Amino acid sequence: MSTGPGAPLLQLDPRAVARARQLAARAGRPIVELAQAHTTASVERATLRLAGLSGADHERVPWVNHLVDAVRDGVGLEQCVCAPAFDAIRRGEATDLLDLAQRASSRSVQLRQPSGRDRSAALTLARRSIGTGIKRIDRNRATRDRLVARLGDPPSRPWIYLIVATGDIYEDMPQAQAAARGGADVVAVIRSTGQSLLDYVPEGATREGYAGTYATQENFRLMRAALDDVSKEVGRYVRLTNYASGLCMPEIATLAGLERLDMMLNDSMYGILFRDINPVRTFVDQRFSRQIHARAGIIINTGEDNYLTTADAVEAAHTVTVSQLLNEYFAKEAGLADWQLGLGHAFEINPDVPQSFRLEVAHALLARTLFPDAPLKWMPPTKHMTGDIFRGYLLDGFFNLVGGLTGQGILLVGMMTEAVVTPWLSDRDLALQNVRYALDAGRGLVEDFHPPVDGFIQQRSRQVLAEAIELLDRIVDDTLLEAIADGTFGLMRRPADAGKGLDGVVRKDDGYANPAVELLEPDLAEPALLEGAG
Amino acid sequence: MSDIVRPYGDTSGDGMVQVSFTLPIPHDKRAEGAAAQLAAKMGIEPALVVHAKAIGPSYTFFVVYGPVHHLVDLREVAVVEREFAMLSAKEVDSAIKTRLGRPLVVVGACIGTDAHTVGIDAILNVKGFAGEKGLEAYAQLHVVNLGAQVLVPDLVDRALAERADAVLVSQVVTQRDAHLLNTREMAAAFREACPAGEVPLLVVGGPRFDEGAAGALGVDRVFGRGTSPAEVASYLVHALVNEGAAR
Repeated sequence: MSTGPGAPLLQLDPRAVARARQLAARAGRPIVELAQAHTTASVERATLRLAGLSGADHERVPWVNHLVDAVRDGVGLEQCVCAPAFDAIRRGEATDLLDLAQRASSRSVQLRQPSGRDRSAALTLARRSIGTGIKRIDRNRATRDRLVARLGDPPSRPWIYLIVATGDIYEDMPQAQAAARGGADVVAVIRSTGQSLLDYVPEGATREGYAGTYATQENFRLMRAALDDVSKEVGRYVRLTNYASGLCMPEIATLAGLERLDMMLNDSMYGILFRDINPVRTFVDQRFSRQIHARAGIIINTGEDNYLTTADAVEAAHTVTVSQLLNEYFAKEAGLADWQLGLGHAFEINPDVPQSFRLEVAHALLARTLFPDAPLKWMPPTKHMTGDIFRGYLLDGFFNLVGGLTGQGILLVGMMTEAVVTPWLSDRDLALQNVRYALDAGRGLVEDFHPPVDGFIQQRSRQVLAEAIELLDRIVDDTLLEAIADGTFGLMRRPADAGKGLDGVVRKDDGYANPAVELLEPDLAEPALLEGAG
Repeated sequence: MSDIVRPYGDTSGDGMVQVSFTLPIPHDKRAEGAAAQLAAKMGIEPALVVHAKAIGPSYTFFVVYGPVHHLVDLREVAVVEREFAMLSAKEVDSAIKTRLGRPLVVVGACIGTDAHTVGIDAILNVKGFAGEKGLEAYAQLHVVNLGAQVLVPDLVDRALAERADAVLVSQVVTQRDAHLLNTREMAAAFREACPAGEVPLLVVGGPRFDEGAAGALGVDRVFGRGTSPAEVASYLVHALVNEGAAR
């Protein structure tokens, strides 16, 4: 086998790679069918948001929640919120969705499941409203393309990703702009920790949050505008990231599309494992949100780094690969392209393990080789950041070097004060110096770096892939839902009939007709959708 | 050894320390003088401002070295000393078996919005921490690990359903004192749900807790950074099983 310049750094058996992908598809296919067979309260609310319904009552309960709850209590969601809602508007029960939601909140509206021509007419009306929302998402995507063409992408890979998290959007904006001036290519506004378990999306600009800032439509808009300003100043398009996860994943994804966010954290299993959200709810929500991301040109970031913070990073290395393959399958099935797959992995091996650096390089190269066209998201050490900031700074330096050497797409900047404080101004500045030094000093090193055939790195990467295939084999036999229930990932046991948000899961009946789903899945047969319940 | 000590750089009694900080002023000569003034007020004199760097137009970062003139009096140091004997896993199991005659039930969780299970898992999971096995590995401990982001009412319900002898709660997230608020909420919920004298032993742990704060937080014991599973197990025996234990 050749090891000259241009040869792949790892020589994986192409049959093993193909087998891994086939198994991931086989494990994932039943989950897609499960997702197609169900809807959730949040998918229905996202549909109404696409149709233009926003705002909240005086107790800050969003109107989309009121209307979906009313339809659910009145006629059920088995055929989607659209037909009953738009039928009520057609019958003059209310002038528009907002009026309808307000009346529905006091239950002073008659809802019914329309049939025949009434149903077709209601769905036509729904399609028109939802089409307006989809058009806005399309326009935002075109605007991003135009701004990137005019201002430019970051000059090199990996893109440098920094987190801002004050809790107050008006503090976040200047901090995000300062981060961009300091070299950040991507700014992530981390969410208030409680938000993933809220079954509604808060409204308006917010100034109160725990360890982060609430994701709201208005906060999205304010921050994107602030980054547009600083993008012009620094001469490159600075991307904005938020979190499409938790109980409102589809709605947050929709708001991201409506407000031109650029990247979204969106893992297929994170909510199940780390937030104890019901598996079915998560898979249904995840599929819809990924369809929105696909349409909006948003890059997703997956959360494999989390497995390594709970399980041992060497023993569990293959679970990262398995999750990456599953995330890839689910993403592509939902319409995302390779350039949109920020598959995650992390530098979390215990630094006291002998040759930990070689192991990290092997794992990072494995991900790089398996997903050559994906902008991999490379996550810094957190588990072994002990409070010894000096040692932590060195560890981050090694992490940055691996990120550059192995051609990662997105590098989340590690903080030496991880596990001590939320980053100070000086922590960020030192961290960015660390990144710049490691990337600049090592730039082009990959040209000289060719792990020998059958050397440690090649063997380790093959071993991890083999273990991943073995695990996928078991998952296919056992089903993915059972594997999740058994604690296969991150050592968390999450049965399919438990977890938060289960009560928001509804099995569709044959008459389910959602124009949003139809617009996002162009290959769906339209007539069946319209006449299913006729 | 003397009871009076000073920091050590490379010579006994030199008192050398290093500090770093940021001042909200542009980087210029005056800024370096300002850093030296702050260091002097901290007791570092003469202060050597070895590094000063602008962070943007209106902040400057400093690294300062120098001898600190404060002295430490070891006789006045107050810490929570371990009030119980360290036992081996075998001793823990045999103490429970002979004195209690049934396994001790331990329910553990990360409460509130905290998703960091590293701490509770290190203590509870068989895998344990730094080569030491977790409580699940003890034959006489029945461990129920509820995982992350458990709501306080759910924790109370589960603890009562399991007839828990002890409840272990881990809190890593400390923004806006979330760890303290959550702990107080948890303690109050147990006191509300259980008749007096039947509240399970409440134990919290996390890297930023003050081990002396148990009383103020309404819990029986607080464990700080670096606690091992064996310490927790030994404490459980001390508090729940040994003769003269509180319950």
